[in-house]
Amino acid sequence: MSNKIRLRKGLNIPLKGSAETHIAKNISPNIIAVKPTDFKGLNPKLLVKEGDLVKAGTPVIADKKRPEILICSPISGTVKEVVRGEKRKLLEILIESDKKHECQQIVTPNFRKATQKELKETLLAGGMWPMIKQRPYGIIPSPSIEPKAIFISGFDTSPLAPDLDFTLKAEFEHMQVGVEVLTKLTSGGVHLSLNADNFAGSPLHRLEKVSLHVFDGPHPAGNVGVQIHHISPINKGDIVWTLDLYTLAAIGRLFSKGVFDLRKIIAITGPRAKKPCYIETLPGMPMSDIMEFVELTPEKKSGELLPVRYISGNVLTGDNIGENGSLGIFHNQITLVSEGKYREMFGWSKPFRAKKFSFSHSYFSWLTPSKKYSLDTNLNGGERAFVMTGVYEKVLPMDIYPMYLLKAILAEDIDKMEALGIYEIIEEDFALCEFVCPSKTEIQEIVSNGIDLMIKEMS
Amino acid sequence: MKALKNLIDNIKPTFSKGGKLSFLHSTFDAFETFLYVPEYLTKKGVHVRDSIDLKRTMTIVIIALLPALLFGMYNTGYQYNLSVGGSMDFMQMFWYGFLRVLPLVIVSYVVGLGIEFAAAQIRGHEVNEGFLVSGMLIPLIMPVDVPLWILALSVAFAVIVGKEVFGGTGMNIWNPALLSRAFVFFAYPSQISGDKIWISELSSGQGVVDGFSGATPLANAAAGSPIPSFMDMFTGFIPGSIGETSTIAILIGAALLIFTGIASWKIMVSTFAGGLLTGLLLNVLATDPSSYMAMPAWNHLVMGGFAFGAVFMATDPVTGSQTETGKWIYGFLIGMMAILIRVFNAGYPEGMMLAILLMNTFAPLIDHIIVQSNIKRRLRRAVIK
Repeated sequence: MSNKIRLRKGLNIPLKGSAETHIAKNISPNIIAVKPTDFKGLNPKLLVKEGDLVKAGTPVIADKKRPEILICSPISGTVKEVVRGEKRKLLEILIESDKKHECQQIVTPNFRKATQKELKETLLAGGMWPMIKQRPYGIIPSPSIEPKAIFISGFDTSPLAPDLDFTLKAEFEHMQVGVEVLTKLTSGGVHLSLNADNFAGSPLHRLEKVSLHVFDGPHPAGNVGVQIHHISPINKGDIVWTLDLYTLAAIGRLFSKGVFDLRKIIAITGPRAKKPCYIETLPGMPMSDIMEFVELTPEKKSGELLPVRYISGNVLTGDNIGENGSLGIFHNQITLVSEGKYREMFGWSKPFRAKKFSFSHSYFSWLTPSKKYSLDTNLNGGERAFVMTGVYEKVLPMDIYPMYLLKAILAEDIDKMEALGIYEIIEEDFALCEFVCPSKTEIQEIVSNGIDLMIKEMS
Repeated sequence: MKALKNLIDNIKPTFSKGGKLSFLHSTFDAFETFLYVPEYLTKKGVHVRDSIDLKRTMTIVIIALLPALLFGMYNTGYQYNLSVGGSMDFMQMFWYGFLRVLPLVIVSYVVGLGIEFAAAQIRGHEVNEGFLVSGMLIPLIMPVDVPLWILALSVAFAVIVGKEVFGGTGMNIWNPALLSRAFVFFAYPSQISGDKIWISELSSGQGVVDGFSGATPLANAAAGSPIPSFMDMFTGFIPGSIGETSTIAILIGAALLIFTGIASWKIMVSTFAGGLLTGLLLNVLATDPSSYMAMPAWNHLVMGGFAFGAVFMATDPVTGSQTETGKWIYGFLIGMMAILIRVFNAGYPEGMMLAILLMNTFAPLIDHIIVQSNIKRRLRRAVIK
């Protein structure tokens, strides 16, 4: 066991609705959405048209500037519809399943003997390349640059996150193959971080050819960005890759079986989930397939009936996809919460609001640390200028001054952003700051704008 | 309750965009969100939010100010009773003080909030809660006999010049409440100095007991006269600004602020530490045992506005230091400067106000140094790797 890195700052949001570890259903979606908007840094070019037949693994989108980067269909069937938004922006490609599960066979080299070039070509042709993220910025990596190192988080600490040891317990062999492929792509090695609470219980510590790191602490200890900061921080000019365990297993499947297979076990969670549980499915699955798990009887609050918000991902970083939306490709859970569209009389002045959670001691929720809350999407206040200080620092276990970095971004001061750590963070690392912010600032959006500006200015 | 909700929903369109009274949008919004936590939803980013907002934050500061306010009212009556040699009982003294202090609070809020509302209206922003606290702080740091028109003028000055010209709450450089006090001090020195103004109606001089001076301990100390005992100053039965006299009442507020994490305990502790250490140093250096320098250092902490400033003024998150390390330095320097000004500046016995305003000015510099050291640390890291 390598050295334990203990993080004290952070917060586990006590949200109700964590999934019970059993697989309630195995879903083969009738229709699947491929969403180019899931990939940051992609300039999508459509490769198919409505009515085309595709197999699992057939490329449907390529990057305009780097045509070797391909996004593939996860199922076999017919391209039903190409959905575009404003200015003809490509939003999603809907593919109707033919229920045959035909796979495009991809010729894979023996990963133990193959050269780096062959491995890269296979990852690109097999559609796995855009599943890898490059830091800085959290974008699709450039195939021509070798990363300093590759980082994988072996656990997820975000609210109601799936138990990865459970969801990936059958994938150990594939993950081992994935690791062996990745070690050949970098000279800095593959770094895997595990949770100190469950180090021995997790089969991951038996993986070979990885450098293991152990982290202890509340969320965001499971965020790969925070882990990199403590293992080998990203400086100007450094390029590293990150990926999640699901992608690691999918890379392993690609090299062992020669197929593009994104099937995964995800969690259905949240206060509005009927018996929170796990399901096996494919990314792009529409919400209509999980209606049986949604608590549709509206919750009543202050006389208002509260509808459900469907979140692909967790409550901190996920997307509000609506009841007609579909599971994002990087998301391993669906969170169902109530829309907080109600007004609470003198709510801010009530000494006790037993159903509300606050990180601060200005409410009494800290007295009941084990209580779970059924939080909703009410903003709980109005947007204001930055007033309070020292709040963000309590939930950000990094040697970064969040307020100063945010102000540098707002001022579009590139030099300052660089000096204050924009290379080390992406939106998810600042999500907790946004949660606790008393001024209700949209911090992840500010970070996102900052990253976009950096990409524009530095290219 | 439903009727109220319906009423709000009914008149809302009048104040919304395109409505007849849309120019009063911010005012309507302020009252609506005061009555109800609004139905705003999270849009981008995180989907659930912490329950804390600025209204809650400011409410807690006001609650923390209540002990000082209530004691201030009582002490106003108590000192008045002392000055006229009367025989009022507890309730009479409190009631007398209540009637004397209430107009100050009302004037402060009416003038300040009026300007806040107008400024929010002009900008099209929501009305910010910041003045709820400033409006309470201002009367508490005034002498009870301050004329209401001077108070109104000082509040207007503090809110307009101190805050709105910079862009409103969160953007100001100096603590607005202290700025109002400084305005009174520098603009109306004749009306607002001397020994008579600290006790209600003492300046009119009717029926005053022979030999009653009304001088504050600070003035006495500066003049080399004897000061009240430590315990008297600690409990607060002394002349002074309305809210500043009782260190006990202030510490009750401090406990609430620290406990809820609303105000920085680092600033409070370091301010007291800075004051005490500077006082002790002066004690050591004092050659004449009867001089101000030789006054036991701990007396400084319970005299005048030191405790009030350390707990409620220095900890203002907007004008104070914003980095955690910076807070230690910032607080320590406030404590130090306050004592130095008190002891060595004969012109103005209360050093706390000027010390805090001075350090407000330097807080960005302190933070700049701290942030630069972080940047250098990060760059050094780059060289090693």
